[in-house]
Amino acid sequence: MAIWLTENSKIIVQGMTGGEGTKHTRRMLASGAKVVGGVNARKAGTVHEGLPVFGTVKEAMEQTGADVSVVFVPPAFTKDAVKEAIDAEIPLCVVITEGVPVHDTTEFWAYAGAKGNKTRIIGPNCPGIASPGASNAGIIPADITTPGRVGLVSKSGTLTYQLMYELRDFGFSTCVGIGGDPVIGTTHIDALQAFQDDPATEAIVMIGEIGGDAEERAAAYIEEHVTKPVVAYVAGFTAPEGKTMGHAGAIVSGSAGTAQAKKEALEKVGVRVGKTPSETARLMREIMQSR
Amino acid sequence: MDLFEHQAKELFAEYGIPVPRGVVAHTAEEARAAAEQLTGRVVVKAQVKTGGRGKAGGVKVADDAGDAHDKATQILGMDIKGHTVHKVLIEEASQIAEEYYFSFLLDRANRTFLAICSAAGGMDIEEVAHTAPEKVAKVPVNPIEGVDLARAREIAQAGGLPEQSLDGAAALIEKLWAVFVDEDATLVEVNPMILSADGQVKALDGKVTLDENANFRQAEHASYVDKAAEDPLEARAKEKHLNYVKLDGTVGIIGNGAGLVMSTLDVVAYAGEAFPGTPKPANFLDIGGGASAEVMANGLEIILSDPSVKSVFVNVFGGITACDAVANGIVSAFQLLESRGEAVTHPLVVRLDGNNAALGRQILADAGLPRVELVDTMDDAAKRAAELAAVGA
Repeated sequence: MAIWLTENSKIIVQGMTGGEGTKHTRRMLASGAKVVGGVNARKAGTVHEGLPVFGTVKEAMEQTGADVSVVFVPPAFTKDAVKEAIDAEIPLCVVITEGVPVHDTTEFWAYAGAKGNKTRIIGPNCPGIASPGASNAGIIPADITTPGRVGLVSKSGTLTYQLMYELRDFGFSTCVGIGGDPVIGTTHIDALQAFQDDPATEAIVMIGEIGGDAEERAAAYIEEHVTKPVVAYVAGFTAPEGKTMGHAGAIVSGSAGTAQAKKEALEKVGVRVGKTPSETARLMREIMQSR
Repeated sequence: MDLFEHQAKELFAEYGIPVPRGVVAHTAEEARAAAEQLTGRVVVKAQVKTGGRGKAGGVKVADDAGDAHDKATQILGMDIKGHTVHKVLIEEASQIAEEYYFSFLLDRANRTFLAICSAAGGMDIEEVAHTAPEKVAKVPVNPIEGVDLARAREIAQAGGLPEQSLDGAAALIEKLWAVFVDEDATLVEVNPMILSADGQVKALDGKVTLDENANFRQAEHASYVDKAAEDPLEARAKEKHLNYVKLDGTVGIIGNGAGLVMSTLDVVAYAGEAFPGTPKPANFLDIGGGASAEVMANGLEIILSDPSVKSVFVNVFGGITACDAVANGIVSAFQLLESRGEAVTHPLVVRLDGNNAALGRQILADAGLPRVELVDTMDDAAKRAAELAAVGA
């Protein structure tokens, strides 16, 4: 078992015919994910990478039974693509696109709410979600880890990969990259809740970084609701105030959003926080070995 | 990107928001001329992108043009929280009856927008928010519904503004919402929003933060970039589309992925604590997931041209771009740099992990690059890079 993405998930790709869409559709197929088609209004009726291209998300769902969409369209068109996925009521929409204006994200998030939250949105600016051995929706390299019992939720792509790789002997139920933008669909808390409820997940790795207060809120959630062991890592202790560190959301504003505050909030509720990614992996290793 | 106050007010004026008349001056002489043009009492305001200017002495009233010249002389060149004052705004003095606070901002936690309004505006608003939070109204704004005149009036009322100010405030707030949306801002703040002695509601100050992700549809925002304040290395990196932030240490950092690079800075800083002079990271540089040889070469070039760099740490996790491709990229980058006449003279510590790591390390070993050391783990590589920087320092 896994969360949100299983071996039965049927994936369509919005923006499949573009450069990134094509490359990652190939990779997803190679990893064994069930990609069943793509969406591009201007290329409807054609075949790309051996898969049918549909005019709309709704049509693609009707024709293929797809229940996951992965979005690779450019930033200027992302809002409309996501709203289309919401209108079609697809259960999961994974937005890979980096550089989406925050007004657009805030608008499609409100739109999803107005439509009754029938679509789970992951991202934008994220690597996607992978349930190793079962399915892979996005750009997470499928071959760096194995299926197993650890769940992982992270704001950062490459740090996700690093931990997936270091703990590959234990393996993962599901790894969710929630993205580094200031406004995102799925949060640390959503993933913590799903991992807590997932019988196949025994322990959870949570990776955060500077900016906002998502980690502090996750800590409060863990204290109330999470009984499975959680190990965390926070990046950006040495980041200067007022500078955006790569991710649009990674910025320390005044005294808010610092790594130190996040670490303290997590440790206060009993979460062990690694000083480096490798130490974080060691902490999780200890937990898994004692089980 | 933050705007200067005068830029924010010019933007406000374009949207029909009442602001005092003002002129920007870069010298005391220009300040005198501006005050002569405006006539009467003026306010000389330091233009820096930070708060607390008033308390730092960066805002002064001048009685006439000669006084404006003297006040500008005092303020120009001042340091306010690490920001040097290069220009001042000379503005007609306003007759203030009351001071309010107003802002629209992005509420990250609730994934929506927020209007903040208070009748207790002015320099101490943060204090008020702390000690008397009931005096500060925080009203969520649904991005789909937006803010019309009626809603703007409700927000002003919630902030406790008196009856005589409501119409003027509502008109200003509605226009400010247009600035917020149409300009892709993540913050528009007016503190103080004033009621003048003649009964007008005006923006006496302006703070605007723009979303750089929206630059593709906000072409005119490029003109707001403060080229004078840009670090020269950051400017060069930007031209090459590199995600680079200059820091004040001696260990140059290159990595792939923002989170991994942020983490690398931390790990290097920890490692540096054990060495003389406590070497720290010299920069943040994310070359992205699928880094080509050219991107690697451009990145190395920027870092090696930073005179404070003593050693370089290349920290790569091979995912989609596997480590053999990254290693080939580093080898080509050295060749490319050599062909540009820029030999690599600093020690380079390389850590490759992930897909095809062994193959990548072999490629680098076989290439026999001068001054390149391979270290297997991120923690050990950080130690080595810090050690080399300490020795070189």
